[in-house]
Amino acid sequence: MDAVLIAEAAVNGILLGGVLALLALGLNLIFGVVDIVWIAYVDLVMVGMYAVYWLVTAYGWPLPLAAVAAVALVAVLGLLVHLLIISPILASPPVNQLLATGGLLFFLQAFATFLWTTDHRSLRLALPVVEVFGMYLSFARLLAFTFAILGMLGLYFFLTRTYIGTAIRAVSQDREAIALMGADMRRVYLVTSAIGGGMAGLAGVLLIIQYSVHPHFGATFGPITFIIVVMGGLGNMFGAVVASLVMSEVISIGGILASTEMAYVVAFVIFIVSIFVRPEGILGRRE
Amino acid sequence: MLSLQNVSKTFGGFRALLRVSLEVREGEFLGLIGPNGSGKTTLFNCVSGVFPPSEGSVRLRGEAIDGLTPDVICHRGIARTFQIPRPFRKLSILENVALAAHFGHPTRESDAQARARARDVLRLIGLPADPEARPGLLGAAGLKKLELARALATGPALLLADEPLGGLDPEEMRQTADTLRRIRDEMGVTVVWVEHIMATLMRLVDRVVVLDHGEKIAEGSPRAVAEDLRVIEAYLGEKIALE
Repeated sequence: MDAVLIAEAAVNGILLGGVLALLALGLNLIFGVVDIVWIAYVDLVMVGMYAVYWLVTAYGWPLPLAAVAAVALVAVLGLLVHLLIISPILASPPVNQLLATGGLLFFLQAFATFLWTTDHRSLRLALPVVEVFGMYLSFARLLAFTFAILGMLGLYFFLTRTYIGTAIRAVSQDREAIALMGADMRRVYLVTSAIGGGMAGLAGVLLIIQYSVHPHFGATFGPITFIIVVMGGLGNMFGAVVASLVMSEVISIGGILASTEMAYVVAFVIFIVSIFVRPEGILGRRE
Repeated sequence: MLSLQNVSKTFGGFRALLRVSLEVREGEFLGLIGPNGSGKTTLFNCVSGVFPPSEGSVRLRGEAIDGLTPDVICHRGIARTFQIPRPFRKLSILENVALAAHFGHPTRESDAQARARARDVLRLIGLPADPEARPGLLGAAGLKKLELARALATGPALLLADEPLGGLDPEEMRQTADTLRRIRDEMGVTVVWVEHIMATLMRLVDRVVVLDHGEKIAEGSPRAVAEDLRVIEAYLGEKIALE
């Protein structure tokens, strides 16, 4: 096996890891704060992908404008998911919450199929391939990675530099204490859901420039996102980034050494072993 | 200032509070005592909005506050501390207090104002540690002080202090008790103080209310309560010397 090919796969792994990390952080943020897992998270990403696709192909919007609109749309969708689905069941047993957000998943998949059929739709962007040290890298992937990093940095500064962001971090540590200090939990939840939605929208933008979208797109990236979040430690942001890189490298390098299917088998085995060895997450601490 | 009328709280079949009525006067330093499980913390929870009372009313300066959410009650001027300190361990000490300063005020302050007030409160409380450090570096006494600082930073008119002396050594107890007294005397905050360390509490408070099995069994000056036979039987076990 050619060393350059392996290096190329490793770099592609990092590039994929950036987008996976963005997905995992959004899901993790909502879970850490609202304490509910949005099973349909990656299906919101799918909605974002369709938004870009239709705005560009049917309405002729320029891609950057369509991207901004998609992020805003899915952020609003995040707000609506919280208001209409999550807030009535905040105090319900976890299984009811899983069923409700799981129901949303089937709703979104079925509705997308109804509206747009199961056709795979691609933007067919003619983005170049860049050659670096003999490696051939897709410009779309480099672009997606760059914006994923920017999105994560934006989240980081929001969470550390603003009061509402600091309150969001505080809620994930002790929701009762922060409410007693005068923070309106409803507002904190709404802001978190909108940001989580916006991150799903951004992920959608970064994925539609690389992949074609179809109603079951969530099934492609959903399981791996949940695995990353659990492996990194539920609610642990840094752990999610590390787990994203581990998983994307396994998938990318395994994909060229054996096959993509085999790479996923190995990734899942690593996941199963890791939750036996470190059930609190690879970077988690036992409280 | 704070008025509880026939407040009851039940959890399933367990009656944690039973028709408790009590008045806290403006500027008062009130001690709330009773054996473990007598309902002291439940009473704090009902007043601060952690959960609503099952029955009865809670009024602050004449306005009903029972059933309001904790953030609204905080904005009306009630702050509380936890018996077991609950700092945000991943935030700095200053961030912990600045959050309270920012969110505790209905008209939000600018970042600089909130931080400045957080620093003032830390100075008043006498927390010597580096404000940029994590709370994990603080000992038991420091964490208790941080609880007080967070509560005070919300700018309360009424402070509910849940066992601020628990787990401290005698010198730390003296300091913290002195801080509580200054909060009342110098800042004009009305204080309701739950404590098990009788000798210290009895020396400082204006008045004492005694709970037992969720019911109020006595109320009055520290001296009168210390000599009350029901209180002695339920709680004190023996008379305590006040001087």
